[in-house]
Amino acid sequence: MTSLLNVASVVAIVAGAGFFLAGTLGLLRFPDTFTRLHALTKADNLGLGLVVLGLLPHADGVVAGLKLVVVWLLVMLAGACASQMVARAARRRDLNR
Amino acid sequence: MAEFLQGASVFVLAMVALGLARILRGPGDADRMMAAQLLGTGGIAALLLLGAASGVGGIVDVALTLALLAAFATIAFVKASVPGMSDDSGADRE
Repeated sequence: MTSLLNVASVVAIVAGAGFFLAGTLGLLRFPDTFTRLHALTKADNLGLGLVVLGLLPHADGVVAGLKLVVVWLLVMLAGACASQMVARAARRRDLNR
Repeated sequence: MAEFLQGASVFVLAMVALGLARILRGPGDADRMMAAQLLGTGGIAALLLLGAASGVGGIVDVALTLALLAAFATIAFVKASVPGMSDDSGADRE
């Protein structure tokens, strides 16, 4: 049972690290601000979610596990708001130019 | 397991460091701010992995603080860079 959980956690963390790789590649390679924003906010939040999912079996106790989930929810909420605001700022800059 | 978690933490940190090249290349302020946002998300993931690897529970609190600070940094950037948004109490003020 423990080794099964370890395998599941390794799979989730490796997938999460893959999404971080995708997010960084998108940020560096995509052509304009909005496509870069698209790559960054979605891929990184999913990567963090998978990392949290992989760490949940290793959390000592229900409270510690809930705390991990709360960190992820806070990052998703902040990321969703921040991406809208950055996109609006970039669009206004483009319109004013 | 601890070695794997540490390795994953180092990998995520390396990805964040690569993404910081966007700060050098720009071209706009919004692109630079996105690299800072990547530092927030990736830093949280690296901290959580490191916390699970070392067994120090307090690292999760550091990650929570980083999540809060990254959100505030982005909001401060937008309020400073968009004309009119930095002065949100303008309608009430004489």
